[in-house]
Amino acid sequence: MNGLNKWFGRGWLSACYLFLYLPIAALVIYSFNDSPIPNLWRGFTLQWYTQLPEDRELLAGFWLSIKIAFFTACGSVVLGTLAAFALVKYRRFPGRTLFSGMVSAPLVMPEVIIGLSLLLTLVSVQRMVGVPERGMLTIWMGHMLLGLAYATVVIQARLRDLNPQLEEAAMDLGARPWQVFTLVTLPMIAQSLLSAWLLTFTLSLDDVVLSAFLSGPGATTMPQVIFSRARLGLSPSINAVATLVVLVVAIAVAFASWLIARHERERQREMAEAYRS
Amino acid sequence: MKLATRLHALARGRSAVIGLPYLWLFAFFLLPFLVVLKISVSEMETVHFKDLITFKDGTLQFAIQLRNYLFIAEDDLYFKTYLSSLKYSAIATGLCLFFGYPFAYFMARARPTVQPALLLLVMLPFWTSLLLRVYAWKGLLSDHGWAHTLITGLGLDHGLVALGLIASPGQLLNSPFSLVLGMSYTYLPFMVLPLYANLAKMDLRLLEAAADLGATAWVAFWKVTVPLSKAGIIAGSMLVFIPCVGELVIPELLGGPQTLMIGRVMWDEMFSNNDWPMASAVAVVMVLLIIVPLALFSKYQAEAQEARR
Repeated sequence: MNGLNKWFGRGWLSACYLFLYLPIAALVIYSFNDSPIPNLWRGFTLQWYTQLPEDRELLAGFWLSIKIAFFTACGSVVLGTLAAFALVKYRRFPGRTLFSGMVSAPLVMPEVIIGLSLLLTLVSVQRMVGVPERGMLTIWMGHMLLGLAYATVVIQARLRDLNPQLEEAAMDLGARPWQVFTLVTLPMIAQSLLSAWLLTFTLSLDDVVLSAFLSGPGATTMPQVIFSRARLGLSPSINAVATLVVLVVAIAVAFASWLIARHERERQREMAEAYRS
Repeated sequence: MKLATRLHALARGRSAVIGLPYLWLFAFFLLPFLVVLKISVSEMETVHFKDLITFKDGTLQFAIQLRNYLFIAEDDLYFKTYLSSLKYSAIATGLCLFFGYPFAYFMARARPTVQPALLLLVMLPFWTSLLLRVYAWKGLLSDHGWAHTLITGLGLDHGLVALGLIASPGQLLNSPFSLVLGMSYTYLPFMVLPLYANLAKMDLRLLEAAADLGATAWVAFWKVTVPLSKAGIIAGSMLVFIPCVGELVIPELLGGPQTLMIGRVMWDEMFSNNDWPMASAVAVVMVLLIIVPLALFSKYQAEAQEARR
């Protein structure tokens, strides 16, 4: 690459990263702004943070969101592992095309359509049998659909890269299929399970459209509260919440990448040792 | 006994691995679409929908209503809404490609040691809340916001007025401009990541060969790099375009009254007008509109997978 090209490249990259991070920086900085108008800097304060624990509506939404996100992440990883396993290991089974289509379709299908179709189905079922009421359970069902799709993609990518000879070797040594899975396959894909869990957790924690369609009275998630306030205009309390979210995500991602880096180093050391002996 | 052994066989191994996610997706994804299709041709009665097929007085009666679809076809508002949804999504996709292609290109050509860090920096905003990042633009574009100060300071807002993206200078929020900006910002990583994956695995010897045959760097870029990244361009464009068409949150927070988006219209039919059959019909037409790009997308994905083997 010649000199001009190199500087142009660096400039373009910096501008794009600036564009990506500018809104996040603004949210964080203005969360410390001592002014009810979030855009006009007046001085440093922590008042928006100290007010958060008194915000009943937001707090209730937060706990509901955490619960739903936890169950969504767990459920998505379990079903996603099964789906990824089916897609990678079983090349042929009846309805495979339909299956792979259904797995990846929620990734691109607009959420309003998924939300509407689930809501109308729910209402139809409700009229026939009386259950389920709209609330936490139904929001979870909706989030599971998105979570399953994302988890499958992440786990599938890892499963495809695995060396099948390791599993074959275990089987030759007399391991039963379940043992092969828990003792050989599972430890090798553990890292992708962790990233799938984290990804589906944050997805569920952030979702507003599906929740809006599927929630009932008395079940309002945190994004729904934020969304309804953001529609009305700017509010400093949202900036404070946003800053906390950014902080938690940054810590989680840093921790996960540290884990992955450590795992990678260990693997390379073990491989080097194996070659030496 | 036979049933018990069957259940036992089902509970383990292959059938469970395939069956569980299969059933889940069937019940919560495919079936709901059929329900929407059914409701879109039903007539709304006070509480229940009319049964589609009834057997009364010895004759079969069909009550399939195409009224909703006819209404969509005739009413100017729906046509305009679909058109403007497609238009704004296309503009956002174009902007993402324009800024995202060089972004992915320079990322893929950066030193291998810094590439993981660059990649992580693109993923990080994707992990933080979309809703909060869209909300942040509301602040940036309103009076005294950083972006507002920058754009009006440089006088760029007069250009935006000339392009028809904002109504008057200084009025950045709640306009086609803020809508398109919000969508491009949100979906930029969706464009960059597939493009990066594609460009990073390109065989650089092809460029050397092009140079040996006398191509300048620019010609080699257009005749070798760009055609080879076609799959990445298509995948990225689909990943941006399709969710934009049905977007609800961004138009609600950043779009103004004159920016018609189909997701919002469907929402209004559902929750403000309580016209479920109409909302369903709007959804069905929306699915039909995006099924063509979706089919193209999965075709290219399948081809890319084949090529990898």
